[in-house]
Amino acid sequence: MRAHPGLTADATDEVLELRPSGSWVSLNVTELESLANSAIAKVGASKSVKLDLGAISEIDTVGAWLLERLSRRAAAGGRPVQMTGVAANYLGLVEEVRLVNRHEVEPAPKKNPVLARLTDLGRSSLGAAQDVVVFLEMLAALSFALLRTLRRPRSLRVTSLVYQMYRIGWQAIPIVMLITFLIGAIIAQQGIFHFRRFGAESYVVDMVGILVLRELGVLIVAIMVAGRSGSAYTAEIGSMKMREEIDALVTMGLDPVEVLILPRIVALILTLPILAFIGSMAALYGGGLVAQLYGGMGPAIFIARLHEAISVTHFEVGMLKAPFMALVIGIVACSEGLRVKGSAESLGQQTTTSVVKSIFLVIVLDGLFAVFFASIGM
Amino acid sequence: MDDLQVSCAIRVTDLVVGFGRQVVLNELSLDVRRGEILGLVGASGGGKSVLMRTIIGLIPRRSGTIEVMGVPLGGAAERATQEAAARWGILFQQGALFSSLTVKQNVQFPLRENLQMSPALMDEIAIAKLEMVGLRAEDGDKFPAELSGGMTKRAALARALALDPAIVFLDEPTSGLDPISAGDFDALIKTLQRTLGLTVFMVTHDLASLNTVCDRVAALADGKIVAIGPMRDLLQSEHPWVRAYFHGKRSQMLQPKAS
Repeated sequence: MRAHPGLTADATDEVLELRPSGSWVSLNVTELESLANSAIAKVGASKSVKLDLGAISEIDTVGAWLLERLSRRAAAGGRPVQMTGVAANYLGLVEEVRLVNRHEVEPAPKKNPVLARLTDLGRSSLGAAQDVVVFLEMLAALSFALLRTLRRPRSLRVTSLVYQMYRIGWQAIPIVMLITFLIGAIIAQQGIFHFRRFGAESYVVDMVGILVLRELGVLIVAIMVAGRSGSAYTAEIGSMKMREEIDALVTMGLDPVEVLILPRIVALILTLPILAFIGSMAALYGGGLVAQLYGGMGPAIFIARLHEAISVTHFEVGMLKAPFMALVIGIVACSEGLRVKGSAESLGQQTTTSVVKSIFLVIVLDGLFAVFFASIGM
Repeated sequence: MDDLQVSCAIRVTDLVVGFGRQVVLNELSLDVRRGEILGLVGASGGGKSVLMRTIIGLIPRRSGTIEVMGVPLGGAAERATQEAAARWGILFQQGALFSSLTVKQNVQFPLRENLQMSPALMDEIAIAKLEMVGLRAEDGDKFPAELSGGMTKRAALARALALDPAIVFLDEPTSGLDPISAGDFDALIKTLQRTLGLTVFMVTHDLASLNTVCDRVAALADGKIVAIGPMRDLLQSEHPWVRAYFHGKRSQMLQPKAS
């Protein structure tokens, strides 16, 4: 067992004699700190201090520092301090500790709180402006890379493109279908439930058809792709940045935008419309199924109503939006990936930013498209 | 169980470690004496890091026993392992500093998790550790990403020493450092070993540090310790791998000039 730590203080003729004993090691630090603090309080009444370490059974940096701090406090008040009885095997440690913490660290200058708030505000608005610049830069770099690739079609990285399409398109189909199916079913159920009161159940088909084909199908799929594939892009490119793989590409005379980013974004632009189409079909199927099971409307009637309710325009409006949403998701994901710095924390932060920002932009874009299509009469 | 009476800091007996069908360590036995600096050499991929990671409990073993300061590790004695963990500090090859914390917070992390003390004392102890490994107090407010290679190693060593461990494991402490920094780091390890009474278990390929700081050197080949002893004994070893290691072109500087 370890010896219990102790500290006896004898004051005689204005000489304070301190005798620490037992284990002065970090395991006992809570006790040691209060012992040392109570001794510091006693130092005030004395003229000189004697520190006898003879009764200490073991000591480590923490214990040595507490005693050193004690003797420094005493010395600071102009009292001579005499340290005796240091065991030979601890002498090096005690000497070493005597040298540390001599140097005062300059405290960081205090900031004016109002000024700091204003600085933060300024920084974040500048940051927002910078985001736009980063987005446009990436768009430009991407366009140049695309033009170069169009001039020399053989430089297109087909393997990478196909692999990315497989990953973000083919592998996403089950989850996209499941979720859009459920959304379609829920809309139909709610519609039937509420429309029934007016005897207008058959209009549910109009609602499901227009809502899914124009807005929800593509929007839900875009949000899912932003969460599923956009985050993966940011994390991949970010960790490549962290491990200097991007720098390696540049030194080999290759453009990272052309090699890494172009295939990813092109894959996104090609697959998102397909996913949106599949998703819309799954949502209509879900709506139709609920209409039959819950609303008692047979498939033949549902399809006939759908024929009357929707036109190709609705479908076109939905599908036209998909590639633009894909472009926004891809650009945000890749440019956030390139902004990752050295730490693991920054990778996580950038991935979060990427998903939040791309979902936000997808919804804003959807709103803009709604205004646009309304004004051209589609 | 007085620490002073145990002469072996680490005792490994008949250790077998393998992955799938591959056996990496085959009935390996090794004693690390208290207060010595033991250097472990071996071929790349030969199991040096596996041995170290098995001792510190990151890799499960198939059979054999490991005693640290006389306490057997693993098995039912989960608490004993926990206590042993406070008795060792580990310097990982890349430093493994937590990148979201400042250097000072990194050093304070084990203190904060294991002990109760006032924030002021914790600051002072962290700075004391940083100064002991040769960093300045100002460096404590930097983040690991802002440090150079040598400073990262020093900061990681300060964290390894935070709880005043009895044993320190160093995984290739001088790899990636220039010869001057590597030499300084060797000197630092030697100084700290003397002042703090540490036992140091060092995996290294650096022939210079083997020659200058290690009290004994163990050579790992074919999953066993094939030679162990002071450097001059190893230079005379007849084992073919040890001969190749110490008598290759790169080790000419170690040869005794007179012979």
